[in-house]
Amino acid sequence: MKPPAFDYLRTSTLPEALEALQTEDAKLIAGGQSLMPMLNFRLLRPALLVDINRIRALDTLEQTAGGGLRIGALTRHLKLEFSPLVRAKFPILAAAVAHIGHLAIRNRGTIGGSLSHADPVAEHLLVSVLLDATLTVQSAAGVRAVPAAQHIRGALSTSLAPAEIVTAIELPPLAPNTGWGFEEVARRRGDFAIAAAAVLIRRSANLVIEARVAVAGGVDGPVRVGGAERALRGTRCDAPAITAAADAVRASVEPNTDLHGSPALRHHILGALLARACKSAWDRSATTHA
Amino acid sequence: MEITLRVNGVAVRRTVEARLLLSDFLRGTLGLTGTHVGCEHGVCGACTVLVDGDSVRACLMLAVQADGCEVTTVEALGTVERLGPLQEAFRKHHALQCGFCTSGMLMTSVDLLRKYPLESDAEIREGLSGNLCRCTGYEHIVRALREVAQARVAGAQAGEDEPI
Repeated sequence: MKPPAFDYLRTSTLPEALEALQTEDAKLIAGGQSLMPMLNFRLLRPALLVDINRIRALDTLEQTAGGGLRIGALTRHLKLEFSPLVRAKFPILAAAVAHIGHLAIRNRGTIGGSLSHADPVAEHLLVSVLLDATLTVQSAAGVRAVPAAQHIRGALSTSLAPAEIVTAIELPPLAPNTGWGFEEVARRRGDFAIAAAAVLIRRSANLVIEARVAVAGGVDGPVRVGGAERALRGTRCDAPAITAAADAVRASVEPNTDLHGSPALRHHILGALLARACKSAWDRSATTHA
Repeated sequence: MEITLRVNGVAVRRTVEARLLLSDFLRGTLGLTGTHVGCEHGVCGACTVLVDGDSVRACLMLAVQADGCEVTTVEALGTVERLGPLQEAFRKHHALQCGFCTSGMLMTSVDLLRKYPLESDAEIREGLSGNLCRCTGYEHIVRALREVAQARVAGAQAGEDEPI
């Protein structure tokens, strides 16, 4: 299995990359951890491969004025896994990234690439939906900001036009004392997830005052489940509340069907993962509140 | 396209097609056949090498992308007459049968040892989970890596800088 022939352009500036992407059948390559297998299988035959790995302006990680985080699209998964800034501000992101592939994949793969490829169970998609992230998308025509939930159009499908690049991802700040939980099940560590659940909980006077619930494992990629969030709000995140939240998740997610598990099994796993994520988020919200 | 890089400390300059995989460049162009090629789509880990110190799947990288980089392959870990400590541990614990996955297992181990504490067997198994051994000799590979990880801890306590 070898890639088909293509022209290759390595660029170190964004304007040059944006111009090159206007070529017919041009394809962008970042970490290449999804694109290279597709080239090796010859599922893709681009006329021109535009390599953005050396655009240093895209490899950035900085705190925003409001206390959030702005992550350059070329930031490798491993950098997010170990970054003290990420671990302090968004520990759920560091925890989620540790589930991506294996070390060699995390060394090379990028957050922008993951969000552009949009595998329906990609950890970055799930976390960006949970955290209400905004993607900065650029083309030769200009810049636009896209909320993560609107970016996803379905499995492997996004709002990106062929000549557009995701240049950065901005995570708005979390309120102090927000607890988090992230749970994922795969047949083997590093494989694509069968299902995953991510939860944020804020509490006051020992009651949930804000809950965010996002799950992956459905046919169209990760979704926020408003019914589950409402089921948790105002409760002590106890068993009845979690059961109601899990019911809401099952009611709103049409599970994937493939050889890794039946829809019923996936619904069962989603409920179990949600329960674990809720408990972790509740416990961590207590820890930070103290 | 002409590329210039260092492979195992030696400067190399070659003209290659843009579509040439780094794995094929190492094996075919340079004759460094220690790097093995299994699945060619990033699943088996047999072709794992280090690029600028980080482990990568050489089948998921183009040779032109390694232009200007330092590439390290299994050939740099030791020789048949003089095995490196990690290779010696693999030999001692019979951590290879057919040997096909071995170079990938070794190069992955080098990077794991640099980046993770590897304090538990669970962590070691998780670290190696991206490398497939179809002889299924995993238990012995885990033992070999465990020994090197523990020796590293002991060495660090004694103030030694143990080479891999």
